[in-house]
Amino acid sequence: MFMIFGIPGPLLFGQLLLGLINGAFYALLSLGLAVIFGLLNIVNFAHGALFMMGAFCAWMLLEYLGIGYWWSLLLAPIIIGAFGILLEKTLISRLYKLDHLYGLLLTFGLAMVIEGLFRNQYGSSGLPYRIPPSLQGATDLGFMFMPNYRGWVVVAAAIVCFTTWALIERTRLGALLRAATENAPLVQSFGVNVPRMVTLTYGAGVGLAAFAGVLAAPIYSVNPNMGSNFIIVVFAVVVIGGMGSILGSIVTGFGLGVVEGLTKVFYPQASSTVIFVVMAIVLLIRPAGLFGRI
Amino acid sequence: MREMLAVSGLNAWYGESHILHGVDFRIDEGEVVTLLGRNGAGKTTTMKSIMGLVPRRAGSIRFSGTETIGLRPDRIARLGIGFCPEERGIFASLDVTENLMLPPVIAPGGLSIDEIHELFPNLKERARSPGTKLSGGEQQMLAIARILRTGARLLLLDEPTEGLAPVIVQQIGRTIREIKKRGFTVLLVEQNFQFAATVADRHYVMEHGRIIDMIANADLAASTDRLHAYLGV
Ligand SMILES: Nc1ncnc2c1ncn2[C@@H]1O[C@H](COP(=O)(O)OP(=O)(O)O)[C@@H](O)[C@H]1O
Ligand SMILES: [Mg+2]
Repeated sequence: MFMIFGIPGPLLFGQLLLGLINGAFYALLSLGLAVIFGLLNIVNFAHGALFMMGAFCAWMLLEYLGIGYWWSLLLAPIIIGAFGILLEKTLISRLYKLDHLYGLLLTFGLAMVIEGLFRNQYGSSGLPYRIPPSLQGATDLGFMFMPNYRGWVVVAAAIVCFTTWALIERTRLGALLRAATENAPLVQSFGVNVPRMVTLTYGAGVGLAAFAGVLAAPIYSVNPNMGSNFIIVVFAVVVIGGMGSILGSIVTGFGLGVVEGLTKVFYPQASSTVIFVVMAIVLLIRPAGLFGRI
Repeated sequence: MREMLAVSGLNAWYGESHILHGVDFRIDEGEVVTLLGRNGAGKTTTMKSIMGLVPRRAGSIRFSGTETIGLRPDRIARLGIGFCPEERGIFASLDVTENLMLPPVIAPGGLSIDEIHELFPNLKERARSPGTKLSGGEQQMLAIARILRTGARLLLLDEPTEGLAPVIVQQIGRTIREIKKRGFTVLLVEQNFQFAATVADRHYVMEHGRIIDMIANADLAASTDRLHAYLGV
């Protein structure tokens, strides 16, 4: 067995892969939060619950309708995204004229209600969701065995993150979104239906969370708390990357997953706190975050 | 001449402060009309009220016969009004071309990109720079240029010459005369009435949230004392 820094290679790479997988979820979730925060100025505390709903949606599609993983990957973001649109239209949109604090309270409350309803219905022990047959098994990479499904999660998350980034930074739709993030009333005074754009953006951010939820379903068991386990770390990622920064949330998401994985190898006692230590340091040195403007 | 914009009895509020107290004026098609007045007279608020950007307003604003007082800003814009705000509103996260192309085309009849580059050659040279890396004068040109493309027939220009060097002011003057020649209608807010005299057909004078006088450009020379008194210059 080969060693790196006195650590067995397979252990190191195994933890790196785990770190990348967590990082993939951090990136997808913080990306949605960043897009929503940028345009709506709301810290969407319901994000973890919507991620969980994505996983449950996949589970229900399979359980009740026999619809498998690949269709769920497409359908769950649409269904949960539509639910997000409904939330924005009926509740969140009423708060734009008020202090940020109200948006925070509302979305936090929504998260509690949604998680409570699911816990009531399905308990909190978790429901199994099988890896799709085409992604079962593992591949020998020479230096380690990589479970195929985990490799897929990292690749799929990276593709979706990059596509979202390109959409925002390289297209006309993205230019409208960036402009509205800077000065929504002015964009509206050019004849753009900004309220509709805000609604759809919220739906898209929620769709990203649901997509992450479907990816997560076969790895973590599908349970009502799966979102809240992630979301605290994801908020730290958002703060470190810079509130509202698209690139920042992607790079920081993957990066911190890896940092966390490596900490598990070299100093396991700190693995659950390392991200918050990084957050404190970044906030001291660059209060706007690594990629934040201003 | 056909009436394009008719403002009557316009009142506007920011929160509890009552800013406009019954503003009345009209603009005919093809005219360049200025709003003159001291700082704080309510000129910007009048423009924002026309655009629907002031939270609370009352009275009547008719554009080409359509009442707009209750409409959302995007609906008002789509009737054919383009707005160039006092602070210019160039987006930092967009490059010059993205800034220029941002406002959707709402009607035929706007300038083509080539025509815009002919009017403002700098914008072509700096196409890929971030919008806010431009000089103040270039940002002002960009802010005007982007509403010339859209096919809006009434352009609201809020102090386009503020803080700019004389050569740039002259270029903006040429631009306004050029777009008037092309049949655009312009409402121009100005503090500099020497400049206003070189481009406008008529001038409205504003004070404390009301229109207090109207002077045809031809009578401006005869009215300088009156204007000096109004503007305190
Ligand atoms: N956003 C705002 N909130 C409260 N008061 C404002 C706001 N904007 C302008 N005002 C007040 O409204 C009055 C008119 O302002 P404005 O229309 O900008 O004047 P002008 O453009 O003629 O200089 C001023 O007294 C100003 O202080
Ligand atoms: Mg003003």
